[in-house]
Parts: sequence; structure tokens; C-alpha cells
Amino acid sequence: MSESGPDKQFVDFLRAGRFMLQRAVNDGRYVFYPRAAAPGDGAALEWVEASGAGCVYSTTVVRKKPPEPSYNVALIDLAEGPRMMSRVEGVAPEDVKIGMAVRAKIVEGGDGPYVVFVPADGAP
Amino acid sequence: MSDRFPRGETAIVGAATFGIGRSPGFEASDLAARASVAALAQAGLKPADVDGLFFCHSTDTLGGLSFAQYLGVQPRFIDNSRLGGSSFQAYVELAAWLLSAGAIDVALVAYGSNQATAAGKLVNTVRPMAYEAPYAPLNPVSSYALAAARYIHAFGARREQFGAVALAARAWAQRNPEAYRREPLTMETYLAARMVSDPLSTLDCCLVTDGAGALVMTRADRAREIAPRPVYVLGAATETTHREIAWMPDLTTTGAARAGARAYAQAGVRPTDISVAALYDAFTINTILFLEDLGFCAKGEGAAFVEDGRIAPGGALPLNTHGGGLSCVHPGMNGIFTLIEATRQLRGEAGERQIADAKLALAHGNGGVLSSQSVVILGGPDTA
Repeated sequence: MSESGPDKQFVDFLRAGRFMLQRAVNDGRYVFYPRAAAPGDGAALEWVEASGAGCVYSTTVVRKKPPEPSYNVALIDLAEGPRMMSRVEGVAPEDVKIGMAVRAKIVEGGDGPYVVFVPADGAP
Repeated sequence: MSDRFPRGETAIVGAATFGIGRSPGFEASDLAARASVAALAQAGLKPADVDGLFFCHSTDTLGGLSFAQYLGVQPRFIDNSRLGGSSFQAYVELAAWLLSAGAIDVALVAYGSNQATAAGKLVNTVRPMAYEAPYAPLNPVSSYALAAARYIHAFGARREQFGAVALAARAWAQRNPEAYRREPLTMETYLAARMVSDPLSTLDCCLVTDGAGALVMTRADRAREIAPRPVYVLGAATETTHREIAWMPDLTTTGAARAGARAYAQAGVRPTDISVAALYDAFTINTILFLEDLGFCAKGEGAAFVEDGRIAPGGALPLNTHGGGLSCVHPGMNGIFTLIEATRQLRGEAGERQIADAKLALAHGNGGVLSSQSVVILGGPDTA
């Protein structure tokens, strides 16, 4: 089979520096996480570049024993509609606030690239 | 679709716990077997009488087969499905249907875990989700913390109100000799507890204990012959809304709202009719959310509802009278214990914490990260 699965396609896009979302071809609903069929009606999905714009829906600080740093975990509502778990960087973890406007940034992790967010008004 | 349920056609005839706290040397199935034998004995039954087994092992995903083998039975029906902590309410729901249909005659619902002595912490049996793993949430705490943060944002709740949930659970536990944490808990101690995942601290989180529980169900006609005080199953409903917290539609409203409405309708009762409630308090935020979703107060009013001792001993709503997951027992999955406490209250066996004239009880289960919600309404002698 020449087609690769949705998870691999998502990561391949990230490797190329692109944060892509899936959209249902029948009614334009955006879908995250990547799936092989749209939830609800099973519609076909196509890849579209995400705007990268988002808003903090909720936030927590995972507390670690010093000197290990505590870190942020947040839920981000993407401008396109879907919600995802992520992390807001560029501010202290406890200064991440619900309602804060954020934008996506691709970072490299031990298991491959993934999407984090920074405050929308922050430096590029 | 009409929501049918065999109201009052089945009953709990045995309910027992074993090994709550620390049980060194016991495997999970050992603990579950002791609880099961004790629960069966209350109705003059033995393992060999069980033809419907509903069992969830703490770590073995084929535990239903293993436990049937352990008990030396070959049941006509085994349910080994897993919804997390609410599995046991869902088992009661299905057992009621199978019993009323005549597919089985004696249902055993059981669980056991030795996680505290075996691992010293909550044993996680699920793989991390690929789209959560890079962010290293401390699950399940962080997922509930995200719900708590959203609740505080939406309704302006205060930490002292979360603390009221923890203090009430401890005060009930002090009246339960079986409870694991019985030393006094003050608001000062609560507020000084170490944060785990903001806004939840160590004292907002349930215990990690060993423990086992078992329930035995039969059809109501037989129950009246073999049990001195049958506890009737009047309604039972389960709803699921998501798996990971990012896909929960609204973090301040759980599937318990729909499950509760269905179970109340099946039973023909209202929240104000409930004598005693047992809600799945894996975290303090749970109790607040579930009180709202199950109609004991309006959405957004749960934090104020728990203040001033309303859910503590002597309060208007007796809640988690065993001490709950926060102060009595939490061996990974907890739903069996809310059912057992509700049964004990309706049988008048709750000793120092007995609620006078308890007629109707609600036993709630929660699984995953607010993902699955099950509600069982139980009734005493005059309700079926």
C-alpha cells in the first residue's frame, strides 16, 4: 500500500516545518487528532495548513521536586475549532492564563517533532 | 429511544470488602476471592453457584478468565470489560438485564487490587496517548487539574471549598473502622499540602491503597428468600463522553448529567428523594462536579454547596459515608466501593455512620479522566 497512515503523515509534515490539520471534505469540519476517517459520519479527510492561532482553554503546572523544573500542560482551542493538549512556552508555567492568545511553534523532542505554543504577542 | 430498565426486578443479596488499606502478601485475586466468598455467604451461596461473573483485574486484561479459574467456576457469562472506575456500576446495569432476562441466576461483581503494597503507587494500565505523551501530563491528576482550573475560571471557586470536600471525607472516615486514613484533617493542613498539578494538591487526590470488594445479585423473588434485607436495583445508566481530557466537550459538565437523569427516570425518583449518596471522589473536584451533574445543586453551585458541613457528618446530604476514595479506600478502581457503601447503608449495617431511615441510595462511578460515568439507584425493602 502506497498511502501512509494519518499519524505518519502528520509527523512528516511537522518534520517539513508544517503544522497541518485534517478537514472533512463534505462540510469543512476540522479534526484533531489525525484520523483515517472523520468522527461521526466517516467522511474523507484532507490536510490543510493550520493557522497556528489558538487560545488557552485550561492550564496546569506539573510540580517537580527542585532542581527539576516544574512545567506547564495546557489545553489549547485552535482557531479552526479542535482542542488539543500542549504546553505554553516563553512564560513561567504558572503565568499561563485561561483565555490567553497563543500561536503554534514546532519543536523537536526525543521522539520526534511536536507542537507547542507561545504567547501570541511574544517575540517571533 | 425509550430508556427501559428492569426496575426492582433484581437485588443485591451480598456485599463485602476485604483487605482495605495494606494487605502484604496478597495478590489481587486473593483479595477479590475473600471478598467474593464473604459476599456470597451472606446469601447462603458459594462460588459454584455463580453463573454470571463480572470482574475486572487491576492489571491482568484477561482477569475475568483468570478469576473464574481461581474460583473454580465456568460461568455461562463473563464480563471482563473495562470502563475504568465506573466498570462496576456498568456491571450492575448489565447484570440486572441478564438476570431479569433469565440468562443468568447468580451474578458476582468483584474487584481486587494490591497496588499499594505491590507498586507503592497508582498502577497505570493504559498506554499514553500519542498526542498527549510529548507534554508529559501527570495523569490522571493533570487531567482532573485541567478540569478544576476551568471550573475555578468559570465559577470562581476557592481552594477552601475544595478543602471542604476533603475534610468531609475525612470526618466520615473517622466513623468507619475500615477506612485507611482516620487521623483528623484541618483546613490549615489541607491548605498547606504540596501542589501536585495546580490547582490540585496531595490532599485533593485520592488514596493509593490495596483492597477488594464484591457484590452478589439475584432476581428479586429469590432475593427475598435468601437475603434478610435485599437491596433493589431501581435504575442504572452509563454514559461516556471522551477518553482523553482534550476531547471532553465541556470540562465543567460530565456525562453524569445524562447518566443521572436516565437512572432517576428509570427508578422514578428525584435527587431530593436520595437518603445517601456515594460519588466517585478520585479528586476533590469530582465531588463538586458530580453533585451538580446529578442534580443535588445547580451548575456552578457545587463549591458553595459543600461548605458549612453540608456533606459532612450531620449535614443535610450524607455523602461518601465510608470516607470515599479520599480517605477510605482507592485501589486503582473504586466504583465497587460506592455500591457497597450504598448497600450497607440501606441494610442498616453502617455502624457509627449509619444514616437513620435510609431508603434510597445513589452509587456513582467515574472512569478514565471524567470519561465514563455510571449511576446506580438502589432501594430498601419498600421501594420495589
